[in-house]
This record gives sequence, structure tokens and C-alpha cells, in this order.
Amino acid sequence: MKHHLRLVAVLCAALAMIVTGCGDEEESGGPDVEVEEDPEFASGSVMAELAEAGTIRIGTKYDQPGLGNINLETDEPEGFDVEIGKIVAGELGIEPDQIEWVETVSANRESFIANDRVDIVIATYTINDERKEQVDFAGPYYVAGQDLLVAEDDESINGPDDLAGKRVCAASGSTPIENIRENYPEAEPVEFDTYTECVDQLEAGQIDAVSTDDIILAGYAADPKYEGKFRVVGETFSEEPYGIGLEKGQDDFRDFLNDTLEEAFEDGSWEEAFEATLGASGVEAPEPPELDRY
Amino acid sequence: MDFVIEQRTVILEGFWMTVRLTVLSGVLSLLFGTVLAVMRVCPIPPLRWAGAFYVTVVRNTPLTLVFVFSTFGLPRLEIRFSFVTFAIIALTVYTSSFVCEVVRSGINSVAAGEIEAARAIGLPFGQTLGQVVLPQAFRAVIPPLTSVFIALTKNTSIAVAFSVAEATSILRRLQNQDASATFPLLLTTAAGYIVLTLFLSFSFSRLERRVAVAR
Repeated sequence: MKHHLRLVAVLCAALAMIVTGCGDEEESGGPDVEVEEDPEFASGSVMAELAEAGTIRIGTKYDQPGLGNINLETDEPEGFDVEIGKIVAGELGIEPDQIEWVETVSANRESFIANDRVDIVIATYTINDERKEQVDFAGPYYVAGQDLLVAEDDESINGPDDLAGKRVCAASGSTPIENIRENYPEAEPVEFDTYTECVDQLEAGQIDAVSTDDIILAGYAADPKYEGKFRVVGETFSEEPYGIGLEKGQDDFRDFLNDTLEEAFEDGSWEEAFEATLGASGVEAPEPPELDRY
Repeated sequence: MDFVIEQRTVILEGFWMTVRLTVLSGVLSLLFGTVLAVMRVCPIPPLRWAGAFYVTVVRNTPLTLVFVFSTFGLPRLEIRFSFVTFAIIALTVYTSSFVCEVVRSGINSVAAGEIEAARAIGLPFGQTLGQVVLPQAFRAVIPPLTSVFIALTKNTSIAVAFSVAEATSILRRLQNQDASATFPLLLTTAAGYIVLTLFLSFSFSRLERRVAVAR
């Protein structure tokens, strides 16, 4: 009979897990973005075309809390990447509600740009040489790095060197899990298919840390579902500069995007965007990164 | 194929984990499944109902879900083990229900006269079961048990999605490292499972012959 009680208890726990997992989350729409009135651009430039059309198609991710995450109630994405997109659009004289959001996933970003499905991509898009052969990048507007997410009250992990004997989770086949396996052999790697599963195990206390880009972890830490449960360690051990992807060869547009980012760094709107989205996890807005005008 | 040879230790470690999962959950399910079968035939109604309820619920639940309950549900109840242990729990819980039904059919195959004879010479329920019924029942169920254990061997591969570094998980990891080696890796892994299951069937058919009774 005991077996049944146990089984029923497990069933109930799993059910509770599913139910709480589906709880709705509310997030603010971010700070107000300044929209230029009738900006002037050289005729024939990409900017002039977009300003003339009064709309811009921006590719972003729909499944990264804090960066680009679809809000199921409004059906609009929200997050830091989305805020950066609004700043760019504002500079072109386009209202935030005139932006056409397009969902892009890691694997289709280059082809969406090349096939003119989007004008720009702002989607945790790491700038690297391989990608530069196919698309151009403005930015970086943020430099992410592999970091660790641990329980709020866990004092024992303060960097990758504290991982000996700890269970560290990352997505199967991801760069972070390979990095852990190769460079931190003392840690016990744990793999699941998605980061949500890793975070669930961390919440249940079954593992010690989740590892991927710091900014993605900050998104989980800021998620109202997990409020006050996790903290991001803040010692990165790899570099992932996020850029705005655009069609190759649009040099004037790239200069414009870089100028826009620079202005946002200086006038504080970049910091505001960060604090309204990722900053909710208690992560201080870092210094804006150095632009790479190649 | 060079890549496969180069990575042979990792692949073998993966299969060693598969073997451990199979043997440990196999032995545990045999024990627990037999207990369940005895529950289902015993003279105490609540135990019979409990046994029937267990088999009905668990046998009709997909194994992946049983894994989810074990790996994601148990930690929520503050029950913490390694992921390998969670996998063994899930496989045991699931396989026991099949073992139970196989053993029960074995018990039912024992002629009623045997049980009456045991009772007639004054054996209590426990001894009737342990000395007379079960030894004959096990003899009868070796072939269907073999199938259950072969299924178990292959079922261990579900653990790939629950952070256990068994053969299928190693296959996936190595495939990710070198996509061009996919085909040799798949063949090697398939061959590994065949070796394991053939060994199982071989051992069980030897056992069957050893305990066979000329009738």
C-alpha cells in the first residue's frame, strides 16, 4: 500500500509542477522610447527608405526571457533585444507599435537576412568571423559570457573554479556543456534538452548550477516565476559579443546603427532599456561595450 | 570509422552504464514484480486490489512519463538521488508491472492439484508459495521474462533525455562532435545493443534448459 501513497504523492508533485509552470507572468512594456520627428536621411539610403515606409521588420527570439520573449497576452515580444530594436526604430522616426516583429531562431538568422525576410536581426546574435562572411554586424551592444546561475543562498559557488564536485547543467550539445566538460573536468555535467529543464532542476535543489550566457541566465533570474530564488554569479568565462545583424554591404546603414547605439550608450537610454528588462534580476547595468566599427 | 575507434573508451563507458542500468533495474524489477504477483494471487483482498491497481496504472503509463515523475517529481518531494538512481527507479517501477503479469501467469499455470497437495500435507500459504508454486512458476515464465528483459535493455535508452550518460547519450554527444561520423556511430551503437540483447537471450535459454523438467 505504501508504494501507492508514494506514487500518488509523486503524481501530485508533478501535477503541481506543471500547473505552476503554466502560471501567467506579467512584465512591463519597457521604458518609453524617444521617437524622432521627421528625421533627415540622404535620399536613396536604407534609412530614408525605412523612414519613408514608416515601418521596419526586426527579427528577434521569442523564447529568451529578458531578451526577446513573446508575451502571450499581447502577442508582442519583450526584452532587452526588443528595447534595442525600439531605440533603432525611434531613431528612424518609427513608433514602437509600427515595428513588425519576426520570430527568428538561432539557425535561421542568416537566411532571414539574406532572403530579405527582415531588415535587421537583434536576437542574442553573437558576432563572429564565420557569420561575418554572410552578414554584417553593427555593435556589439552587449558582451555576454558564459556564467553560472545558482540558488540565491548558495555561497559555495563564486566562479567556474568552484565547480569541483558540483552538478552543472546546460543544454545537450550546446557550447556551454562542452566547455564545462573539457575545461572543468572536476564538475559533474548534467544535460537536458532545454534550459527550462535545467532551471527546474536547480529550483528543485537537485543540481548546483546552470551554465550558459550570463544575459540569458539573468533573464531566468528576473523571471517573476523564480523571483528571489536564483542569483547570477557574475564571473564570465567566455566572450559572446551580441550585434545587430544586417544585410552585407549596407555600409551607410551599419554606420547609422553604430551611431544610434553610441548615442544610446551616451544618453542613458541603453542603460534604461537594460534596467527595465534584464536589470529586474538585480543585475547592475554594466558599462556599455566598445563598438566594433570594422 | 576512425573516429569511432578513437572514441572507443567513451563508447564502452556508455555501454557499461547501459549494462548497469539493465542489471540493477532488472534484478530489482524481478524482486518487486514477484512481490506484486504474489499480492495479486494472495488471499487478502486489499493486497490483491493494490497489486491490480499498481499494474493498471503503471503498465499503462508511457515510460518517458514515469521518468519525468521520477527525475523531476521526486526532487520536489525532497527525495534526492543521483540521476542514475532516478533512472533505475523509473525503469524498476515500470518493468515491475510487466514482470508481475508474467510471473502471475506462471503461478496460474501451476496445476491446482499441486496446491491442494501442499495444503493437504499442512503447508501454510507462505510455504505453499515458496516451496511448491513459485519454483514451478519461474520455470514456466523464463521465455516471456526474456522478452521483458530485452525490452528493458532497450528501454534504458530513454534515460538519454534524463541526464544519464548511457550508450545512446554517448552516441548523441559524439555525433554532435563530428557529424560526418554519424553513420559509423549509429552502426556501432546498434551493434552494441544487439550484442547485449543476444547475450541476454543466450543466457536465459541456457537457464531454461538447465531447469527444464522432463515431463
